[in-house]
Amino acid sequence: MKEKHTIIVTVINSPGVLARISGLLYQRGFNIESAIAAPTEDPKIYKVILVVEESDEYIEQIVKQLNKLIDTIRVVDISHKDNYIVREYIILKLDIQQKNRTDLLELSKQFNAHVIDISIDHIIIELSGNPQKIDRFIELVRPFGIKEYVRSGEFAMAEYQKSKKGEKNGS
Amino acid sequence: MNGAEILIDALKKEGVNTIFGYPGGVVIPIFDVLYSTPDIRFVLTRHEQGATHAADGYSRSTGKVGVCLVTSGPGATNTITGIATAKLDSSPLVVISGQVHTSNIGSDAFQETDMIGLTRSICKHNYLVKDVHDLAKTIKEAFYIAKSGRPGPVSIDLPVNVQNAKVKNYTYPETIDLPGYKPVLEGNTLQIEKLARAIEQAKKPLLYTGGGIIAANATDSLLALLDKTQIPIVVTLMGLGSVPYDHPCYLGMPGMHGTIAANKALMECDLLIAVGVRFDDRVTGPPHLFANQATIAHIDIDPAEIGKNVKTHLPVVGDAKYVLEELYRHVKPRLPDAWNERTTYWKKQYPLTYRKSKDGLISPQSVIDKLNDFVGPETLVVTDVGQHQMWAAMYYHHQKPRHFLSSGGLGTMGFGLPAAIGASIGNPQKPVVCISGDGSIQMNIQELATCSINHLPIKILIINNTYLGMVRQWQDLFWNKKYSQVCLKQGPTCPPDCTGDPKTCPFEYIPDFVKVAEAYNIKGLRASTPEEVIPVLKEGIETQGPVLMEFMVSREENVFPMVSAGKPLSDIMTGDKP
Repeated sequence: MKEKHTIIVTVINSPGVLARISGLLYQRGFNIESAIAAPTEDPKIYKVILVVEESDEYIEQIVKQLNKLIDTIRVVDISHKDNYIVREYIILKLDIQQKNRTDLLELSKQFNAHVIDISIDHIIIELSGNPQKIDRFIELVRPFGIKEYVRSGEFAMAEYQKSKKGEKNGS
Repeated sequence: MNGAEILIDALKKEGVNTIFGYPGGVVIPIFDVLYSTPDIRFVLTRHEQGATHAADGYSRSTGKVGVCLVTSGPGATNTITGIATAKLDSSPLVVISGQVHTSNIGSDAFQETDMIGLTRSICKHNYLVKDVHDLAKTIKEAFYIAKSGRPGPVSIDLPVNVQNAKVKNYTYPETIDLPGYKPVLEGNTLQIEKLARAIEQAKKPLLYTGGGIIAANATDSLLALLDKTQIPIVVTLMGLGSVPYDHPCYLGMPGMHGTIAANKALMECDLLIAVGVRFDDRVTGPPHLFANQATIAHIDIDPAEIGKNVKTHLPVVGDAKYVLEELYRHVKPRLPDAWNERTTYWKKQYPLTYRKSKDGLISPQSVIDKLNDFVGPETLVVTDVGQHQMWAAMYYHHQKPRHFLSSGGLGTMGFGLPAAIGASIGNPQKPVVCISGDGSIQMNIQELATCSINHLPIKILIINNTYLGMVRQWQDLFWNKKYSQVCLKQGPTCPPDCTGDPKTCPFEYIPDFVKVAEAYNIKGLRASTPEEVIPVLKEGIETQGPVLMEFMVSREENVFPMVSAGKPLSDIMTGDKP
């Protein structure tokens, strides 16, 4: 059964590393739903966070193939791990009538979304949170009239380190 | 020192004494250094594809990294097929291509191609060296990556200004720091013990081994294990020679053109021990029907191969030599039993046989069969791709590893002659035989010049059926005998529905291979009837220097046994009985 998997690939920040990753996934017939690449606290290390929709056995092969890249230090599929914080960011531009504005602002407040810009016919809102929260917000504001939105794709970080035995380290 | 001098010094430090290649505009600085480097032999091929296959043949036959040097643009793109061939068969190469000036990269400059982009999916790793200070480190890493773990080709793209750039303090690095690349050599002991127990419990164990045995130099370890356990074994095309053809446990090659004994054993075994193989579709047929009575153990150095095509029950990631030696220590001796009797029975009951030709021409299998009488275990046999390749795999008496070279994974027509050149240069004391077809040989026939000029004593056998025989065989068996574009005599006046009756065909074969050989100052011989086969082989093999022997064989002989694509291994076509 296909389901969404979030995969964190830790790589050496070498030229063309993103092309290597995307090329590999394409070559092996895997589709990328979203990908973020960004530097980490160590300038030599990049993290690439991929969301792919595939069955478990395919994911195992994706992880192995990604590991084979010479520049790959670590690959983790965090989908079935509960110790990761996953976040996404969205900016939406909504077509808004004067009479609906209060409702929308109230809804935004409930979601901790921020209004960035308001003009006569549109409003721009930003929101961050876990992907489910983003999805829910999109559904709730859809009736107001979405002009466009852009999502960041998922990014993630481990909440705590697990020891080798799989037990919690510290709290 | 400049970049070009650093490159050559680095190659020497890596033990390189032979480079195959072709010069061009942006690599002149490197060739300028080679001009005064007598301790490196540069082999000038006639095409960059030939250079890459030659480096590959050199590598496969010697176990060393093959090195290839070409220019940018067309020089670089001409290596692509050679690099892909090496990748699919895990052959270690370092391919150095020139590149335009770094300031011109991306401007569609003269002879500029994006070599990194082009080779990304067909090499183990690649580098574009933009700073001369990274050059030495890059060479060191490239050689390490090419030969360690699962070997493979590494491409290095070297801009002309980096070749010319000066460096004050150059030292060749002694260590390598690749945090993302740490091949696992030592297989997990618990898994190996589990495998040893599984062997003891199995009633019908079977070994299935391939190119990984040769890459890991694990032949002796495998033979020791066979000695101790007497487990019947099937060996893939890439592994031929790792078990002598007359070994009592040996059942032959498995798969599409495998022996009946090998395929029957695969379908019936209850424990399959796969070592250094990748469950290629030409071996397995439909994966879910492959060895479906068996618990499958898979030993491989590449974790991504485990479970890729066929579900594995007992994985061991590690070097084949290490794991087989550990397995040898842990496994209890096993004596030949009913299972051995059964597999030996199959071997005797269904030997490889071929019929005498009915058309007065030579039966192609007989050429290989008789070749066995003229060559010894030291002979290196290199093939091209097609029917002749399968017949060579089946009928040649394989005795030693690294003595049978063939393009398995990519199936590259044109591999044979240049690879034989590389093998001959890497093994000057050994006889080399190149078995080719009339189609394949023409894909790199220009390398006859390289062969002739370097006085390489390669004996080239062309099995000429005037067809692209393997495709014709498929059209014969599965496409209602519609021979579309497979007859090499076909011209514009031929009837479209011609089924190739040689009696009615008015055309001569083009080219005349004997004359072609003579044009290259190579002795050319032709056998047109079965009676001429032995005299031609005798004269050809006994003649000093390169010889081309053409054998006019039955036009429509097919390779049997055969399992059709998509069918399970139990579904074997045997063709006509002799």
